[in-house]
Amino acid sequence: MEMKPAGQYVYSDIELDREEGQVIADLKAKSLEPIPDPDQWLEEELQQNILLTTVDALINWGRRSSLWPAICFPACCAFELIAANGPRFDLSRFGMEIMRASPRQADLMITAGTLTWKMAPNVRRIYNQMAEPKWVIAMGACAISGGIFASAEYAVVPGYNRIIPVDVYVPGCPPRPEALIYGIQMLQKKIARRKNIDMRKMLER
Amino acid sequence: MAVRTEPFVLNMGPVHPSTHGVFRMRVTLDGEVVVDIEPVFGYLHRGIEKLAEQRTYAGIIPLTDRLDYISSMNNNFAYCLAVEKLAGIKVPERAEYIRVIISELQRIAALLIAVGAFLNDCGAFFTPFLYMFRERERIVDLFEMVSGQRLTYNYLRVGGVSQNLPEEFLPALRKFMDMMPRFMDEYDRLLQQNEILIARAKGVGILTAEQAINCSISGPVLRASGVKWDIRKDDPYSIYDRFDFDVPTQPAGDCYDRYRQRVEEMRQSLRIIEQAMKQIPSGPVRAEVPHLIHPPVGEAYGRIECPKGELGFYLVSDNSIAPYRCHIRPPSLINLTALRDMVRGWKVADLIIIFGSIDITVGEIDR
Amino acid sequence: MTVALSGKEVAIKIEEKFPGSVVESGLDNLVVKVDSLLDIARFLKEADGLEFNYLNFVTAVDYYDHFAVVYRLSSLKHNHSLTVKARCYDRENPALPSVTGLWQGADFQEREIYDLFGIRFEGHPNLKRIFLWEGFEGHPLRKDFI
Repeated sequence: MEMKPAGQYVYSDIELDREEGQVIADLKAKSLEPIPDPDQWLEEELQQNILLTTVDALINWGRRSSLWPAICFPACCAFELIAANGPRFDLSRFGMEIMRASPRQADLMITAGTLTWKMAPNVRRIYNQMAEPKWVIAMGACAISGGIFASAEYAVVPGYNRIIPVDVYVPGCPPRPEALIYGIQMLQKKIARRKNIDMRKMLER
Repeated sequence: MAVRTEPFVLNMGPVHPSTHGVFRMRVTLDGEVVVDIEPVFGYLHRGIEKLAEQRTYAGIIPLTDRLDYISSMNNNFAYCLAVEKLAGIKVPERAEYIRVIISELQRIAALLIAVGAFLNDCGAFFTPFLYMFRERERIVDLFEMVSGQRLTYNYLRVGGVSQNLPEEFLPALRKFMDMMPRFMDEYDRLLQQNEILIARAKGVGILTAEQAINCSISGPVLRASGVKWDIRKDDPYSIYDRFDFDVPTQPAGDCYDRYRQRVEEMRQSLRIIEQAMKQIPSGPVRAEVPHLIHPPVGEAYGRIECPKGELGFYLVSDNSIAPYRCHIRPPSLINLTALRDMVRGWKVADLIIIFGSIDITVGEIDR
Repeated sequence: MTVALSGKEVAIKIEEKFPGSVVESGLDNLVVKVDSLLDIARFLKEADGLEFNYLNFVTAVDYYDHFAVVYRLSSLKHNHSLTVKARCYDRENPALPSVTGLWQGADFQEREIYDLFGIRFEGHPNLKRIFLWEGFEGHPLRKDFI
């Protein structure tokens, strides 16, 4: 196939750009309120007073000891995440050494960096592709609330919780690797409290 | 009977398993050969130039940290140079020496990541990258001693630096300087004559000198194509004219030469730090500058040689506390102009290597 | 040391070849008319003694009644530099000729100016938005954007 001179694409780039722009504008119109905290179930459980079984404890232990993160690092916090994986602060002692490129094989999304409206549909798509159960850690000031760039409202999303539900927030700009490890340990404690098997429903049958 | 082929478009999306950030390429392929490429970026556009018009001159320094977040000290340096040119502020001697030492250490740290990420793309999955990180952690320890932060330092100020070096800094720097040449030799032994690296990177993605000058390329990519142009030698800023160092160039302009160029530049940075450590005087570290600076009406362009290329700040002032316009000349964006010509005709695997050898940071492209 | 050429001396040379195209010339910069921008740029790139073969940057500044597009050129051979400006008084549809034919490095920078200011560059091979998405209304870096 001969090479055409530069400047003439085989596809219509304007139409592709317009479709993507429409997706972004739709998402921006839908995301005016932050997504509520996924911890609502904790309140009900305390009311019903059901204890966890040993099967639950075993499943939770398996899940929290080998969380596999999905890759989503736009900006500066990414380098603290990579340093946390590095030789000094070793994340693989928590079972998290594998950074999965494919979101279908991951169960944790550590969002390290500022989110812009142009990037938001892609982040939502990656979150949708992850299999249940899945958790999200919002790392850094930009992920929590837009950070130092929040005044540029035309381009920056004020926090990841407009687009995806977030479980743990780790502040810092950027947070030290030790802070990130503390956040991961908080998430592990949260996973340990999860109720997987509903004994009442099983006994009713 | 000839086989008829059709081109198809592959989207190498914004999220991909390399450490270069959110960068997207729409690649038109004929089989496995790249026919055309359209880079799409803007996924990290945070409006830094617009935000800079609403912040005071001293308040823009944390914003400049987040441009090329791997080499934050150099970004601060370029901005402070531009403001000092605009307002006519003179920096004391000790501050100049501290700035040079910090800037060269930061250059070594950033080039380590650049080389590590390039080797990561070549297929040596994370091993040299983690070796480089071991050295970078030592440099980051030195910076933490000085400024308290690990990544975005906010250490330099208009008129000097924000605080004096602590007493432990120079002995720790001495220990680092004694150890570092041994590590550079270790990396060279591992990598320089490595057959796989030579087979993958030699002759791939050639950029000629005329093309490089036409595309406004700067930095190690320009010097690896044979053009001897280094702002520290040809347009010296701060006190770089007092130091004795070479400007290496490489003949061919392929990916292997860009890798060699970065390694050689790390060695020259070590030479500069040695000389600066011997000559550093004592004295004040910051000029007497008011908190709110009112530069006279005018404009200034301050530029430095950053590990990626020529980073410059073009400031226009109208005698108020915030700049009227702050434009950042991003080396990564302008170095990408040559990507299309370098890549057409190579295969997809070579595309990854060529892209890795240009060494971009998306924070600087999108600002 | 890079010498910043004086605007007045270069203005004299340009006036010899293209009379009436220099609007004003100061100590460190040179303002030219939009219509003769491309010819002057070609002259600056190819003339003996000037030979500005390297384009440092292209940017735009929004003064409330006009846009000023700033080019900074330098010559690697002679080691001197020059700042050239062109003023565009139209606010609705500002347009300028593109210099990508002379210095290919202006490619992405002119797209950025189109995206953030709205200034069109005639002759640019691929003028479309680069940082913001297609369908975004407005041009953020203008002074009257919120």
